[in-house]
Amino acid sequence: MAPAASGLRKIAVRSIAWLQAGPMMLVFALFFLLPLVLVVIVSVWDYNEYEMIPAFSFRGYTDTFEGCVANLPELCTILKTYLKTLKLCLLTWGLTLLIGFWVAYFLAFHVRSKTWQIVLSLLCTIPFWTSNVIRMIAWIPLLGRNGLVNQGLIGAGVVNKPVEWLLFSEFSVVLALVHLFTFFMVVPIFNSMIRIDKRLIEAAYDAGASGWQTLVNIIIPLAKPGIVIGSIFVITIVMGDFVTIGVMGGQQIASAGKIIESRLSALQFPAAAANAVILLGITVLIISALTRIVDVRKEL
Amino acid sequence: MTDRSKKTTISRRTLLKGAAGVAGFAAGSGTLLSAPYVHAADAKVLRYLGTAVNEGDEISKKCLADTGIKIEYITATTDDVTKRVITQPNSFDVLDTEYFSLKKLVPSGNIFPLDARKIKEFDNITPVFTKGELPNGKKIGGQGTAPWKVLYLEGANSKTFSATPTEYVTLIPTVYNADTLGIRPDLIKRPISSWAELLNPEFKGKASILNIPSIGIMDAALVVEATGQYKYADKGNMTKAEIDLTMKVLTEAKKAGQFRAFWKDFNESVNLMASGETVIQSMWSPAVTKVRSMGIACTFQPLKEGYRSWASGFCVSKAVGGSPKLDWAYEFVNWYLSGWAGAYLNRQGYYSAVLSTAKANMTEDEWGYWMEGKPAKSDIKAPDGTLMEKAGAVRDGGSYDDRMGGVVCWNAVMDENDYMVRKWNEFIAA
Repeated sequence: MAPAASGLRKIAVRSIAWLQAGPMMLVFALFFLLPLVLVVIVSVWDYNEYEMIPAFSFRGYTDTFEGCVANLPELCTILKTYLKTLKLCLLTWGLTLLIGFWVAYFLAFHVRSKTWQIVLSLLCTIPFWTSNVIRMIAWIPLLGRNGLVNQGLIGAGVVNKPVEWLLFSEFSVVLALVHLFTFFMVVPIFNSMIRIDKRLIEAAYDAGASGWQTLVNIIIPLAKPGIVIGSIFVITIVMGDFVTIGVMGGQQIASAGKIIESRLSALQFPAAAANAVILLGITVLIISALTRIVDVRKEL
Repeated sequence: MTDRSKKTTISRRTLLKGAAGVAGFAAGSGTLLSAPYVHAADAKVLRYLGTAVNEGDEISKKCLADTGIKIEYITATTDDVTKRVITQPNSFDVLDTEYFSLKKLVPSGNIFPLDARKIKEFDNITPVFTKGELPNGKKIGGQGTAPWKVLYLEGANSKTFSATPTEYVTLIPTVYNADTLGIRPDLIKRPISSWAELLNPEFKGKASILNIPSIGIMDAALVVEATGQYKYADKGNMTKAEIDLTMKVLTEAKKAGQFRAFWKDFNESVNLMASGETVIQSMWSPAVTKVRSMGIACTFQPLKEGYRSWASGFCVSKAVGGSPKLDWAYEFVNWYLSGWAGAYLNRQGYYSAVLSTAKANMTEDEWGYWMEGKPAKSDIKAPDGTLMEKAGAVRDGGSYDDRMGGVVCWNAVMDENDYMVRKWNEFIAA
């Protein structure tokens, strides 16, 4: 074939690829990039009690970091809030990873038949048949001062006074978050594990590797993309969450999302936008660190 | 079943009206083509933006039956109502909001004040709103955004409040109440008489306040005054130093584990109290009623330092000005103040803005129980017919004069609101 014709062909192939990607790009630009740009713009506007003033002002940011230098060594509100959010995020991430990994492991390696694998992974989705909020609120009568758990503990003589930290505490927040989001770990990890060639594991066994060695040297490295994708899900959701932390923490635990919400309630949109930009920045940092550990695209 | 029967009546009404209109028109012009016109004129719809508190299904049904105006409720929290007025003034017709929001709403220019001369009962509105005094002449507390400070505008399109009465009324008052602490007498087992008890270490881990900064901080201020730590010039308009002081008191209590949880909506406050998670907390009157209707003892406790009050009313969106909807809005407001709705609100434990018309729609026993602090002669029923109080019961806090007379401050938006919200976030993060 003549070089000119092959060049034309290349262009045609490329333009088809662009056309195929086009609709998604358009949606992405319209519903993600554009709002994001607007948020960044609004975050450097001025504001008063009832309106945004389109004049350049860093007030949203300076107000957010108020007292961060002056109050040292005591932490300012925003740093305290982010530390708390990160702590909750880390705990939730660790627990969902631990539970999610073993659930996926069980589904991928212990359940032999494809049918049962499908049935059992569908079982995991049953809690998702009700809304997020309902699943969360269901914990309240269970964990409360006069709730089922406390009644059980007192009835069994384990404690003689209701245990107070079960509800409206970091414990209840993490519990609810783990309950809500473990499934987001299970699915991607299971998806990675199921694609591991079983012959690799047999070969390891034949070569005399212990179960632990197989896990550490074969299964975990090969399940990494799933682990990273699951982690991204869990971390982004928890970093932005304010409903679960609000309800399960009795509205007493600060979170990055909560600051944004209370700024919005007070009609301080630029300040809310500034906080949203900060939150986005931190989440992006965490995720880029994660993807640096594992190149998800290469592994897929 | 009831729904069905209502629908039948409505369609019969429409039919009759339509028929009459058609007949009339036909007599004049000899044509039947007027049917669609009559039908269109009948569909008077008002989009009513407000909080769930005042949006009763019964009210909209009765309004439709009496005036032919169909009310479409748009329900939002107080904060979201304000947000919506400022960002989407075209998305509603009638606005039901609280007086303290006006400090944000009026400067935005998105609300259209109503003309007092077109409100039939305007002169009968309780002097609580117009003069800051009870019908018997007793002055009541005016700290915070008291309604009479923001009731009038200088002109139709003015963004400045007028200190003296004008024709232009920002909000036509409809409903108001005096708030105090709710307690569980069965779990506290001793009399409570002061706001100071909210932060009493005796109730450590069993107290709660609202996580609505502008209201929560007022309750905290009442506590600070009750414990004698400080006396505010105006609890509803603090200086930065006063905000710092109040938040310090709250933060210390929080760090000491005083609060079980904070609440943001009606149901949260009901659940906290009903489950026994808290025994003392800021509460709204109907939430107390709700707990009590679950068979759990709960008192809306009068306190010696007095009540924090709130009031709400109606105005319309600026988009309504000049359209036929404005006339319907006047018709609706006039209907609302004409008595049936007032009696309905009074029976829920709120107060109606026009007392005389509400009284005419209540029995003497009901009026005695709800308004005069007299023991009920017969059982008191909730608007839905369930038993609320047995015969012989007396309302918490007593009569209208005792309760409204005990008001010391009103829900407010402070001049330092922005600073206050930041300090509140700090308190939550502490």
